[in-house]
Amino acid sequence: MRRIRHITRKELYHILRDARSLAIVLVMPVAMTFLYGYAINLDIENIVMGVIDLDQTQHSRALAGCFYHSTYFSKPQEEMDPTDPERVFREGRASAVLVIRSGFGRALERGNSFSLGLTIDGSDNNIAGAVRGYAGQALNYFLRDRLPPGAKLPGVIIAPQVLYNPDLQSSHFFVPGLVAIVLLMISALLTSVTIAREKETGTLEQLLTAPVKPVEILLGKILPYVFIALFDGVLVLVFAKLVFGVPFVGSHLLLLGFGLVYVATALSIGILISSLVRTQQVAMMYAMMFTMLPSVMLSGFIFAVKNMPSLLQYLSLIIPATYFLTVIRGVMLKGAGLGELVIHGVFLLVLMAIMIGVAAAKFKTRLA
Amino acid sequence: MNFVSVAHLSKSYGDVKAIDDFSFEIDQGEVLALVGPDGAGKTTLMRLVCNLLVPDSGTIRIADLDVAGGFDRLKEMLGYMPQVFSLYLDLSVEENLIFYAGIYGVTGARYRQKRDYLYGFSMLAPFARRRAGDLSGGMKQKLALSCALIHDPQILVLDEPTTGVDPLSRRQFWEILSEFKRQGVTILLTTPYMDEVARADRACFMFGGKKLTEGTPGELTGSFKGELYSLDTLPSTDLIKRLNDIPHLQSRRFGTGLHVNLDADLKIEDVSEALRAAGVDPGHLVPAQAGMEDCFIQLMEQTGD
Repeated sequence: MRRIRHITRKELYHILRDARSLAIVLVMPVAMTFLYGYAINLDIENIVMGVIDLDQTQHSRALAGCFYHSTYFSKPQEEMDPTDPERVFREGRASAVLVIRSGFGRALERGNSFSLGLTIDGSDNNIAGAVRGYAGQALNYFLRDRLPPGAKLPGVIIAPQVLYNPDLQSSHFFVPGLVAIVLLMISALLTSVTIAREKETGTLEQLLTAPVKPVEILLGKILPYVFIALFDGVLVLVFAKLVFGVPFVGSHLLLLGFGLVYVATALSIGILISSLVRTQQVAMMYAMMFTMLPSVMLSGFIFAVKNMPSLLQYLSLIIPATYFLTVIRGVMLKGAGLGELVIHGVFLLVLMAIMIGVAAAKFKTRLA
Repeated sequence: MNFVSVAHLSKSYGDVKAIDDFSFEIDQGEVLALVGPDGAGKTTLMRLVCNLLVPDSGTIRIADLDVAGGFDRLKEMLGYMPQVFSLYLDLSVEENLIFYAGIYGVTGARYRQKRDYLYGFSMLAPFARRRAGDLSGGMKQKLALSCALIHDPQILVLDEPTTGVDPLSRRQFWEILSEFKRQGVTILLTTPYMDEVARADRACFMFGGKKLTEGTPGELTGSFKGELYSLDTLPSTDLIKRLNDIPHLQSRRFGTGLHVNLDADLKIEDVSEALRAAGVDPGHLVPAQAGMEDCFIQLMEQTGD
């Protein structure tokens, strides 16, 4: 512990005295958030939609079947709870819930007007928009199949209700995700050079003959950056709020707690890279490569994980951003609580432990 | 029992034999200098002793502990100073000291006492707040030595500690070493400077990864074979060529002049003739005392044959 403290203090001196990298630490996250803060829209398939059928007629079952028949919608794995349709959103098990109130079958037979309830999880802006469009189309097909050609469509309409992000503002969806990506990249970059630098300048040679264990060096180097990365996270969030007007529904403290775990995990990536390579340049390249691309493409930042081929879905499980994305969107937009998110924190801790463990095992206590 | 005992050590980098069947021993409180030109394998040997490299074969024992297996227990008693300055340039003198003291668990009053004691030798107290990167070469080396000494090591391993250091700082550096030697610290160091060998208790000459010879400074200079003369004038290429044509004579540049060594069956008169032929007064050739460098070069040339 004493040795970790001394290494941490030394690292803090390094950080605070290198004005250029300090500037990068402070300016880069904000600049990146600004640049990436504009949305990209994409088509989406296999949206998980729960159906709560209170009508229980052949027509209501046919309507549900019509939705699931398309490639756009798929069934949730578990049965819906009719008393609390929103629970599936908080738990992230479905993106939309269709409620068919009783009387739908009768109204259809008599040609009366009827209103179907569709609740959409607006925290994922892409999916929410797609659900709204696809649901309307699916309903039109359903009604047309049931009527003689040329007949007037009955007055069945869908009354969509978008939860969490009612205006479907893409920034509300993207900016929290961006916080996850920016934090991951900055954190990994920060620590990726720390050990490589000591290898390059030769300072590691003397340190290796001192009674300090590899894991103490690693932890001592991670620790100061936890606070810097967390500070970056707060900076980006404040920026997100001021520039993009992203709401913050849930607990700030909860997000801070998860943020702490997340940046520590991200810093472990950097330290793992740093313990394996020889030069700062290579370390930075790897840090960018291993964080930027997989996190943007595979974490659910742009493309929903559930739409990916299964191989990539497994891959997404080892990307820290996958977990933090769910957490930050959940906390900021849905007000999700600790109970629903704790499993993501556990996954992050496991990833961190594995990376530090591998780094300590692979850390060369000898030269060449 | 010797404090340090290195036996039949070998280390290759690919096809290059950096260290070739090297053995030496050091008594407690003794200063052993490893002397050789660049590329002789000095740094490799130091790194092997400090467990930073693994030997291909051979053993190293320090204080009755095997370096290969018991290095963790040796760390507390070892102070190492690598050839390349290995302290943190963006940390001040005092911060570097605090860092290394902290790693070794030297804190509080014990640290302050140790620091002031080392400042007394190194004269670095006025520069305590200066960044290590802004120090002169000599001051850097004194700081590095102080960091290696902060935890009262029993053995100091110093890799070319005085290379690139001005003569005054070199003398101060050796005074610090003498003080710690008096306290019983065993010191193993490398140097390319022949004149520093005289300050060590014993020296090993090394070349091409091999040990040429070993002994006290007196033994080493006493082992010189032949009669040495010094030419105290600028030699012409013509003269050098004429001298090289004489059998049983070795000459080499020394300072601005030449050192000429005659084997037993060669007379000085034979050389005078060559000097006159080249237009040099034979009076410029005077008997000289063989120094460490003369011995080293003689040994090196014998090995080359």
